[in-house]
Amino acid sequence: MNRLAWGVGLTTPMSYLRTYGPRADPVTGLTWGLTILSLAVIAIVTGLVLAGVLLRGRRASAAALAAPAERGASGLAWISIGLGLTVVTLVGALIWTMQALAMVDSPLTPPHLTLEITSHQWWWEARYPGGPGQSFATANEIHIPVGQPVMLKLAAADVIHSFWVPSLTGKTDMIPGRVNIAWLQADRPGVYRGTCGEYCGVQHAHMALFVIAQPPADFEAWRRAQTQPAAGGLAPDAGQGAAVFAARCASCHTVRGSPAHGADGPDLTHLMSRTTLAAGALPNTIGALMGWIANPQALKPGARMPATYLSGPQLAQLRAYLETLR
Amino acid sequence: MSLLEDAQDPVVGRADSAALRDRLKAIWETRPGLVGWLSSVDHKEIGLRYIVTALVFLLLGGVEALVMRLQLAGPNERLLTPEQYDQLFTMHGLTMIFLYASPILTGFSNYLWPLLLGARDMAFPRLNALSYWIYLAAGLFLYAGFVVGAGPDAGWFDYVPYAAQRYNPGVNIDIYALGLILLGVSTTVGAANFVVTFLRMRAPGMSINRTPILIWGTLTASVANLLAVPSVSLAFFLLWVDRQFGTHIFSVADGQPLLWQHLFWMFGHPWVYAIVLPAMGMVSDGLPTFCRRPLVGYTPVALSTVATMVLGFGVWVHHMFAVGLPTLALSFFSGASLFITIPSAVAVFAWTATIWLGRPAITTAFLYFASMIVLFVIGGVSGVMTASVPVDWQLTDTYFVVAHLHYVLIGINVFPVVGAAYYWFPKFTGRMLSEKLGYWNFWTMFAGFNLAFFPMHVLGLVGMPRRIYTYPDGMGWNGLNLVVSIGSFLFAASFLLLLVNIAISLKRGKAAGPNPWAGPTLEWATTSPPPPYNFAVIPTIASRHPLWEAELRETDDRSRLDEGWRLDNGRLAMATTPLDGEPNLIVRMPADTLTPFVLAVGLSILFVGGLTQIWALAGLGIAICIGALLAWFWPSRPPVFTEPAGG
Repeated sequence: MNRLAWGVGLTTPMSYLRTYGPRADPVTGLTWGLTILSLAVIAIVTGLVLAGVLLRGRRASAAALAAPAERGASGLAWISIGLGLTVVTLVGALIWTMQALAMVDSPLTPPHLTLEITSHQWWWEARYPGGPGQSFATANEIHIPVGQPVMLKLAAADVIHSFWVPSLTGKTDMIPGRVNIAWLQADRPGVYRGTCGEYCGVQHAHMALFVIAQPPADFEAWRRAQTQPAAGGLAPDAGQGAAVFAARCASCHTVRGSPAHGADGPDLTHLMSRTTLAAGALPNTIGALMGWIANPQALKPGARMPATYLSGPQLAQLRAYLETLR
Repeated sequence: MSLLEDAQDPVVGRADSAALRDRLKAIWETRPGLVGWLSSVDHKEIGLRYIVTALVFLLLGGVEALVMRLQLAGPNERLLTPEQYDQLFTMHGLTMIFLYASPILTGFSNYLWPLLLGARDMAFPRLNALSYWIYLAAGLFLYAGFVVGAGPDAGWFDYVPYAAQRYNPGVNIDIYALGLILLGVSTTVGAANFVVTFLRMRAPGMSINRTPILIWGTLTASVANLLAVPSVSLAFFLLWVDRQFGTHIFSVADGQPLLWQHLFWMFGHPWVYAIVLPAMGMVSDGLPTFCRRPLVGYTPVALSTVATMVLGFGVWVHHMFAVGLPTLALSFFSGASLFITIPSAVAVFAWTATIWLGRPAITTAFLYFASMIVLFVIGGVSGVMTASVPVDWQLTDTYFVVAHLHYVLIGINVFPVVGAAYYWFPKFTGRMLSEKLGYWNFWTMFAGFNLAFFPMHVLGLVGMPRRIYTYPDGMGWNGLNLVVSIGSFLFAASFLLLLVNIAISLKRGKAAGPNPWAGPTLEWATTSPPPPYNFAVIPTIASRHPLWEAELRETDDRSRLDEGWRLDNGRLAMATTPLDGEPNLIVRMPADTLTPFVLAVGLSILFVGGLTQIWALAGLGIAICIGALLAWFWPSRPPVFTEPAGG
């Protein structure tokens, strides 16, 4: 049964034929409705044309081609009946559309949580605002509590991107110079895949994000962990790795609790708590991470992260340090 | 009027007079040799050049698509770099939309309009030549960057700020911006020519309700182009100024990226209708010939052609449903985008009724025209789905839209055009295309097209985004992408069959005769291919189907095709009143001349100067343009006769 659901696209990661939240569900019904209606219209017209050709058509003989033209019936009834059916159908589609639009357009409750999402070429910055010591940023993964409405303030740091998590919500463009609002709510725990919906340059293909919906208690635990700065008291090689990081990585990346506070790349304070690297391009394994650092351009050509040219020992020290960023 | 009533025998002649034909041929024929070729203003010559050039661009765009389909046949393929892929999809889009879809229709209309209207040429023959030369120049200009690896790479829609200097510093976007402005000149002068030709060049007696639907389609598209092209030309000019001179027209402050989107889509959406309405006209005129009866609902179809275009100017925001506009605005554009289906439905039911109420002879051309109805409906209903705002928030920028737009552009442009090729090839060349190869051609194209594009709907519904150079495994997209890639190669093979058919038939095709399909309209009244002067005498038209009058017996009046004004004292044409087609002027038409070619060369040099910022080159281009315009407008002949010339 699960295989079947996957095979017909109901449960594939990016499908919106089945959705899991009130921002998407009314639209999903409409999508199905219009799809079935469309297939019916196609079937009717195809049937009409095919039947007309089969019943009335003749082989293209010289005689058939030269047959005298006839005035024939006016046929205007075809147009008026056809038009009548079309208009009724379209009015129905319009009413349903407006109904669905109203259901997903206006928020029903005040947001439980407001997040600031900023898109970059080619990754996502997710900022959880809060008081001193409560605010933090993460990247490419958005944790939300299940069953609660979350408001997203969507901005873009460079070019136009589009926020899209198909099983939770349709697209909202992220346009430099503007802040657009979108809402998210997941009705059951899970990992929902999203991606950038607007062409934004060479690595548009590798700009995934993940919405991780957790039971409220788990979410609060995650949130508390994220507010913590990076652990201090490092072992010697990790300490040397921190120095490598400060020298080579800190101008772009932040690690809270360390001197590194670059803002061009993702905040790495809790890097090891994430499931993927480079906006979903790689799994977050230590091997993939070190491969990425050694030569990001081979894995994601055109990415903004340059090759680092670190020596073997430096890479090993950096690895020891990064492994502490839990 | 009086001048024509006064006309005595010497100005009236018979079409079968060999002496008259020889005399007209000497007056109208293009001289042999390169200079003659470059200076021809014959609408048939120009039409064929348009068609051949557009077909070459179609093949180029097709090859670009095939390379992309190789890259996308499976997940994580590495045939192309991301930058190569981005240039390919941008070039594919702009090639098909700007360099194929519109020019191919201009080509057919250029060739056919004067023949359908019973005229000797378009209203402005030199403008016609200019339009072609600039189109060719713009095509070469747009491809110049691509062949050296610096092609446009921001998509055909070219959104800022990605297309701005900061994120796209190379010459890629400048080529696109200037190339499209240049092309806009071609489109504009071509459109003006069609509008005036419609108003003034119809044969006497051809009131506007007697013109074929193709005329209505191209006329409507031309008016739309005159209104829409300025928007995109302005947008690209401002973008170029932003990029080169640091102005802030599209600066990120104040949401100006949306200004670009509005300017682009105010052009872009009307343009979509401009590149399908003439093709719908081909179907409206071609189907009845094979069904052996007049089109059902001529008047509603003609009116709905115009209505589509009027509504077409009010739906551009449906390309921008996700940008964060107020819900009220979205609702309006959603409703407009749904209801634009209504005039299209008129055409669909008119065609279907024509098949049912006629006796169709199933030729290759008929198969193309009839199958187009189905493809049109598929493209139409997927359009209805994307017109529904909340559904579009999911559908937009997925492969569903790729499927939709290809059903629209291939279904409503390419299929009618290939059908039109089978229908009018005999008129163009005097030889029939092989029907046997034609059947193979049709079924390969129909199967290949649907195999390549129908699964894309599903890919979109399961979330595959557009414009990605690769995709990960495990998304549920692998199988369908493989099917799509296989289908696309089958589809491409059908074009090879078409080319083979054309090549063979050009040499060995059956002789066509003037009217191989026993068609009703004026182009079939002259020889195949037509003589340089089209009609030896100016026909007088009494009905919508001049060649079917004896069979249909709609009125007692009969068109006169074999006897009429000779207008053989120089290059002369008859001008008629805009609505009723009453003859009221005899116009002296320009001779063949190099000025359009030289003007196009001058303009091209100006644009190359702008691109390279070698201002001396730009100055040279301007000087050549001024020289060519002086020659063009030099008062050497009275433009209009007030008295008919004798003898």
